[in-house]
Amino acid sequence: MKFEKVSDGHYQLDVKGYVCPHPQIYTKKALAKLAVGDHLEVIFDNPSSGESISTMCDITGDEIVSQKQESGKFVWDIEKG
Amino acid sequence: MDNDLIKKRNWAFGIVAFFGLISIATYTYNEYYIYLSVYLWFGFIYGMCLQYGRFCFSSAFRDLFAVGVPRMAVGVMLATVLFALVSAFVTATGLSTFHAAPTSLHAVVAGFIFGVGMVFAGGCASGSLYKTGEGNGVALLVILSISVTQALFADVAGWTNKLVPQSWHESAVSKGLPPTINAGDGWVDQYLAGYVWDQPVMTYATMMGQTDESITGAFFSNAFLGVIVPAAILLLFVYLIWSRRSFLRKRKKVKENLNFKDDLLGYWTMIVASKRTAIAGLILGIFCGLQMFVTQGLRVKFGIQNAGTLLERMGHDYGISVNGTVFDPGYWYVTTQEAQWVGWVFAKAGADNMDNIYFGLVNGIPNPAINPADWMSLALIGGAAVMALLHNEFKFKKPTLELATWAIIGGALMGIGSRLGLGCNVGAFFVRVAQGDVSGWLFGIGMIAGAYIGVKFFNWWTERQMAKEFEACDI
Repeated sequence: MKFEKVSDGHYQLDVKGYVCPHPQIYTKKALAKLAVGDHLEVIFDNPSSGESISTMCDITGDEIVSQKQESGKFVWDIEKG
Repeated sequence: MDNDLIKKRNWAFGIVAFFGLISIATYTYNEYYIYLSVYLWFGFIYGMCLQYGRFCFSSAFRDLFAVGVPRMAVGVMLATVLFALVSAFVTATGLSTFHAAPTSLHAVVAGFIFGVGMVFAGGCASGSLYKTGEGNGVALLVILSISVTQALFADVAGWTNKLVPQSWHESAVSKGLPPTINAGDGWVDQYLAGYVWDQPVMTYATMMGQTDESITGAFFSNAFLGVIVPAAILLLFVYLIWSRRSFLRKRKKVKENLNFKDDLLGYWTMIVASKRTAIAGLILGIFCGLQMFVTQGLRVKFGIQNAGTLLERMGHDYGISVNGTVFDPGYWYVTTQEAQWVGWVFAKAGADNMDNIYFGLVNGIPNPAINPADWMSLALIGGAAVMALLHNEFKFKKPTLELATWAIIGGALMGIGSRLGLGCNVGAFFVRVAQGDVSGWLFGIGMIAGAYIGVKFFNWWTERQMAKEFEACDI
């Protein structure tokens, strides 16, 4: 797991290789640390975590701004709501 | 379409063709193989559904506690209700293959151990199968751990005999089992014959004084009272605790005065929120019921009670139990066939593991290549692989040391929980709940408690991991 600050208000969480429940738990904990309006780019390759992260954002009010997928790898940009 | 996608699509068609060829070739060789092919194709459908809906029983409870996401709890309840309704019809026609299990607190304890294990492992027994089909090495490790642990645990003896209460030992010995089965030796044998078998077997229908095959017993007591009502109540709790607040917050933006109708809308919105999961749940529920119907139809056609008879007629008598049976549930099941293939490997390596109840008296250890339930599990992996390949979600993933450790520990706990509970999240929970077997919800209660403890542990673990990263970013 790797979490880093890319630029002001932009962070990246790389949880490639992790299976459930790690990606969704790490995403939840990372979002909890950010300020409203900050962006978190989550990189993961466990498809079922995507369903959980998407529902979690819908419930908490965080917005998934973009979703990219290539060869089993997912890159999601989430704006903290 | 790029070359990678074309390659993946070709692999998907190749897998379907492979299973198709197996079915046709074996049927041409001997018509009895159609019995195994029924297992194969139902397994294939389950695999496709599980992957499409990211359908994991572990996620149902774990994601509620870990991230407050109810989608999988909804999916599992939908599937169970549908399965219950189709099963009620099958049972009322007298074509059910289901036998209820003994009911006591052992199901709660077993469910608890299983529940902790499935959170550690990152997926339940069926979830690990479909994730293996996605190319996930951690899931494959979980399957290996479940399989080996069960095969060892079912035959454990020696010093563990000292842990057996005298009353279990006496009760087990008094059962008068065949001489090749030494019921007085081995922890699991004495647990089964000396304790579990002495517990009452109950369905909601028999508790109400009805038979399971009667219309009122099948539809009202087992399906309505035993499944639909508790599932609706469970989902109501899920809505009130995890979903209501966010729904009403959004609703207030479009409507000022909210009332009871808005709560009803919120409840319904929660149920249909994840279409993929809901669709997978609906299809799973229907096909799980149909499998019993088709299998029982074939048993009537071939004049058999168990696939062991078919295997013997085809000349395969190795690994058949002393009763002439092999594991042949006639419905979706996961863990026993996993124990069997390792049991078969151990036996081929020289182990004497046919003197226990699990293998020697009931399930046998037939060659995995002709084991009906193994056909189902392998096809489940294949079905999931096809779905993942078609959606460009297939990816080989090697386990890291950290995840491999959790996989082995979690798999071992699931293996032990499965043997104590006589099944996993599918056999001991999903199937039994849907059939009105009282022990099903008991296993489920234990599984939910176990998932809660597992999540508590992982919350602590991930908190530790992230603290270092947050510190480095100064947040």
